[in-house]
Amino acid sequence: MSQTVINPKKPQDFTLRHEIWKNRASYFLMAPYFILFFLFTVLPVLMSVYLSFTYFNMLEMPRWVGWQNYIKLLLEDDIFIISLRNTLLFAVITGPVSYLLCLIFAWIINEFTPKVRTILTLIFYAPSICGNAYMVWNLILTGDRYGYLNGILLRLDLINQPILWMQTERYIMPVLIVVQLWLSLGTGFLSFIAGLQTVDKGMYEAAAIDGVKNRWQELWFVTLPAMKPQLMFGAVMQITQSFAVADISIYLAGNPSVNYAGATIVTHLLDYGSTRLDMGYASAIATILFLLMVGTNKLVQRLLRRVGE
Amino acid sequence: MMKAIFHGREKEELTPEQEAELRRARIEKMQRKMKHKSGKKKLNRSKAGNALLFFLMGICGVFMALPLVMIINNTLKPLDELYQFPPRIFVRNPTLSNFSDLFVLMNESWVPLSRYVLNTIIITLGGMIGHVVIASLAAYPLAKHKFPGRNILFSMVVLSMMFSWTVTQIPQYLIISWLGINNTHAALILPAWSFGMGLYLMKQFMEQLPDSIMESARLQGANEWQIFWKIIMPNVKPAWLTLAIFQFQQMWGNTGGMFLRSEELKPLQYALQQITAGGVSRAGAAAAVTFIIAAIPITFFLICQSSILETMTTSGMKD
Repeated sequence: MSQTVINPKKPQDFTLRHEIWKNRASYFLMAPYFILFFLFTVLPVLMSVYLSFTYFNMLEMPRWVGWQNYIKLLLEDDIFIISLRNTLLFAVITGPVSYLLCLIFAWIINEFTPKVRTILTLIFYAPSICGNAYMVWNLILTGDRYGYLNGILLRLDLINQPILWMQTERYIMPVLIVVQLWLSLGTGFLSFIAGLQTVDKGMYEAAAIDGVKNRWQELWFVTLPAMKPQLMFGAVMQITQSFAVADISIYLAGNPSVNYAGATIVTHLLDYGSTRLDMGYASAIATILFLLMVGTNKLVQRLLRRVGE
Repeated sequence: MMKAIFHGREKEELTPEQEAELRRARIEKMQRKMKHKSGKKKLNRSKAGNALLFFLMGICGVFMALPLVMIINNTLKPLDELYQFPPRIFVRNPTLSNFSDLFVLMNESWVPLSRYVLNTIIITLGGMIGHVVIASLAAYPLAKHKFPGRNILFSMVVLSMMFSWTVTQIPQYLIISWLGINNTHAALILPAWSFGMGLYLMKQFMEQLPDSIMESARLQGANEWQIFWKIIMPNVKPAWLTLAIFQFQQMWGNTGGMFLRSEELKPLQYALQQITAGGVSRAGAAAAVTFIIAAIPITFFLICQSSILETMTTSGMKD
């Protein structure tokens, strides 16, 4: 205290430099990762944002066009509006539902003995580890009467002719949502499984003594607060996944799908990026998608802070 | 007295002695309950709840296991069954001929099979181990130290995961060419070391560790490097094993894409996919390929996952 009074004009950057020097061990530990991170992740993102203000066809040098890509995207591109709507539908439905599924299944699996747990984890993680597992859905959704779904519905007399699931506009989104949910036990699920292992077993005993009566209370008052960091992580992974749905839509419904009924922001982006070679426009789509995800993330993190209260 | 009125029910205010008595009684009751159920570790479990949850698991499990069932059955099907219409999931005359077909095809390629396997080992293990180590090293200070720039660095990592990699691929390609590592394994491995997810995952787990364990190590003269390896990493074993699974899967699925042009540098995944592209007569070999492509990460998954679920050393760690 007395020092600051004697020397009031102590330059601001002296303390900052001092702080940095004092924490040099921290910076050394982080250096290898962050050098690569800036080189291979931050720099490409900044370059993409720059490209979003240009016309760039990957053959000529990028040409600066200002806000033109964004104006076209938001005001003139009808398909972008469709894909935006579909993406938001995916995000609103599959996002929270698959987050809860990850959590619930991880939690139920945790009730079993370790050997059974490993097997169950594998079964539930199978769609995520088997490469193009969604190919199974081709068998189920084939449009003729030999497709499993049509076969069952015909046998039960619920329909009298087979339905072309992936070629009929109004079935595309519901089917894609179901498939996406089926695929959803991925990164978040495994991190919850790992997170549950780190919850101190003593806390359950203490909670039981303090009057926690059933497993649901135990989940809300003990387990979830103890694994808050994993819940945050799972939420971010869920956002990045449910806003970026594209592979299943392209595989099952095609790109473009019938009347763009299965279009998402990322299929639209791929359409411009890899088919029409308009990287400037594709970068603008990516930037808008990025802003959407950042906003959603802010909202979700705020909600998650209230867990266990 | 105020308290009792507020709660609206008759409740005498307790003296500290009475309260302690009550608590002791509750603990005793609990201990009796635990002794009664000796051998069972879980508290607070009802039979009906168990039944409901396990029923739910059974139904969903069947659907989730579909791809596994299909891959295993397909790989055992002879060619005529693979092309049977309408398709069936279960095999009728199982055979291993698909694998022998595959090995014949693999031996025909002008780059020896062992070369592809070696490339895959370098790329997968290199990308995985390197990432787990440097992401954990960076996660430790972010989780446990306070220094200028900490929040901004961490936010950048989280936000980086939200930018579509489809468009960053082109700039990334330019940077890799500029560094002169194009058409080397480093072009796949180094970018993989900088993925955001690993750092985020490790940081979240490290955050949970109590500061007291590091402080006591510091008092005994350990430096940050030693604390990281001797105290932090053993205590977040479930986290880095999980990260290893993710990264293994990611690197195993990499075919080299636009970064590897020389045939002798390409990974097994690429060679296998070339075989499946060979048309109708290779459907059998293709089924075997699908099996192998899934079987290896699954094996790795089982090894890691079983050791995650058997650690459980954290009891008494938290403060």
